[in-house]
Amino acid sequence: MRILVVEDDKDVAGFVVRGLREAGHVVEHADNGRDGLFLAASETFDAVILDRMLPGGIDGLKILETLRGQKNTVPVLILSAMAEVDDRVKGLKAGSDDYLTKPFAFAELLARVEALNRRGKGEGPVTKLVVEDLELDLLSRQVKRAGQKIDLQPREFRLLEYLMRHAGQVVTRTMLLEGVWDYHFDPQTNVIDVHVSRLRQKVDKPFPTGLIHTVRNAGYMLRAEQP
Amino acid sequence: MIDRGLFRSAGFRFGAIYALLLAISATGLALFLWWATAGLLERQTQAAINADAVGLSERWREGGLSSLIVTIEDRLAQNVDDDAIYFLADRNMRRVAGNLERWPSNVSTQGPLYELQVMRAGIRSLANVQRYDLPGGFHLLVGRDVQVRAQLRGLLTDAMLWALLVVGLMATAGALVVRNLFRRTIANISATAAAIARGDLAQRVTVTGRGDEFDQVAEVINDMLERISRLMDGVRQVSNAIAHDLRTPITRARTRLEDALLHADTPEAMRAAIERATADLDGIAAIFQALLRIAEIEAGSRRSAFTRIDITPLLAEVEELYGALAEEHGITLAVQTPAEVLAYGDKALIQQAIANLLDNAVKFSPPGGTVRLTASAGATVDIVVSDEGPGIPAAERAKATDRFYRGESARSTPGSGLGLSLVAAVAHLHGGELHLEDAKPGLRAVLVLPSLEEAEARPGVLQPNHDFIC
Repeated sequence: MRILVVEDDKDVAGFVVRGLREAGHVVEHADNGRDGLFLAASETFDAVILDRMLPGGIDGLKILETLRGQKNTVPVLILSAMAEVDDRVKGLKAGSDDYLTKPFAFAELLARVEALNRRGKGEGPVTKLVVEDLELDLLSRQVKRAGQKIDLQPREFRLLEYLMRHAGQVVTRTMLLEGVWDYHFDPQTNVIDVHVSRLRQKVDKPFPTGLIHTVRNAGYMLRAEQP
Repeated sequence: MIDRGLFRSAGFRFGAIYALLLAISATGLALFLWWATAGLLERQTQAAINADAVGLSERWREGGLSSLIVTIEDRLAQNVDDDAIYFLADRNMRRVAGNLERWPSNVSTQGPLYELQVMRAGIRSLANVQRYDLPGGFHLLVGRDVQVRAQLRGLLTDAMLWALLVVGLMATAGALVVRNLFRRTIANISATAAAIARGDLAQRVTVTGRGDEFDQVAEVINDMLERISRLMDGVRQVSNAIAHDLRTPITRARTRLEDALLHADTPEAMRAAIERATADLDGIAAIFQALLRIAEIEAGSRRSAFTRIDITPLLAEVEELYGALAEEHGITLAVQTPAEVLAYGDKALIQQAIANLLDNAVKFSPPGGTVRLTASAGATVDIVVSDEGPGIPAAERAKATDRFYRGESARSTPGSGLGLSLVAAVAHLHGGELHLEDAKPGLRAVLVLPSLEEAEARPGVLQPNHDFIC
């Protein structure tokens, strides 16, 4: 992915840029609002990571509003220390695709940025998701693995659907909580782990290979067993 | 503050206004008295002179000069009070009849009432007289001796002047009294305010119990002080809590890092220490996030997301999320709700509040226990979460919603001690309450929200904003 990082804090920017490059992405960096807006408007990116408070007279929200005003639909993730619900709402209303508050874990940022990529491309009407021998039919709402039917509860179905839509990508617990349950707070206990482990019982346990993997310090990933 | 410039002092102004009003009323009273006494006497004199003159002129018309002279003599003879004055003079101003020795030189025209000194029977006296010119060159003078009345008027004038002085003194004294009264009443409030400004927040304005306007002001001020001091307590409690309770995880993270710096001899050990320290810091960030959210809720800014909601599907969702967790812990989660429980509020916040209560219930329930989640609508909307865990001792229940409260039995479990604070904040935002009761055994947490009717009728409830995304 080609990613633009607009962030004025040197340490945070350096860390994010290095991390994204290590993950195999091409990264451009701007440390003020004006350069950020110029780069975002003149070049094509797969995703933009935008800080809200920037020097140079143009803040993150203004960049976002300008881009959207120019019908630029590049996926944008706002990365901000402004953590109130209203700040988040303001960011999403201005046209951002995701909002992550500082401090953040890099794994969370990476997972969310990579998730944006898929969203940005637009998949068209998909009726069937397939990973290896696992099939999920969105129309008949049936799940099969190796030709064998698997019975899932409605919520388990949605959980699996979310994982399969992001197959090959890390999905964090917060992303699952937001994407599958539409909850916007962190429960104190590991509720998500319990649900994923139940899903595993049905999808992975009866079969020789597991598809749902735990990624340490990050979350989960559904992918084919690597050779 | 009161002595800095007389005219800027409200006490002085009130005193001055009092004095001015007193002076105006006293003057008004004096004028009326004067009009009713001295004025009345003067008007009576004028009327008597007029009546006399009318009578004498009739005599003149009926009987001519001789008749007039007889009448004058008669009237003088019959005048018991000896105050009548008549004088009839010929064209040369020589005396024809009457009780004056000669025509007073300054009475020169008809019409006005003259007041002058006259000599009567050898005695100097004061008289009011009026001149009438008669046909044939005769001149008539009719008057009254007003010596006694003049003395009375003099007495009255003296009395009035003295009264003026007395009024002046009284006005000054009254003004001082009014000013002091005012000062004393204000002093009560200003002393309290000054004490509070110095930092003594426990001070209150004294209420006299008379129920007057000053009492009302005092009560309003006391209510305000009460609210401020509660807010201050809240702030102090939070900052203390932050200072004390965040010290522990920060210390832990710091210790781990320093320990790794000094003692880690393999890259693996170093990595592990850094990972654990990062997790500790994440925990601290989570606590900050929770504190911020509670503060946000308490500030009431989230009321814009209020709308009509059905609690039943909301509970079903939470049950779905926590059911698996409860099962994992060997706990039965029993949910009982009517088909519909309508309330007015912020769906996401109520959801989070219930999730927090369930979180606690599952955490503290012994394996094999039952956690009950019920909702009911009546006079209020009650959402009840009860567990069979250790509960909270009665003495500590009031403190349980304080930030960073951790019960004796919670020391060994993970948690920040902010869960119940958030639930209480959500309840207050909705105009409701969080009750913690003994479930014998265990804890029964009741989230009480106002009924739909009551909540929607509440003044100040904002119109639901359906565009709100969150």
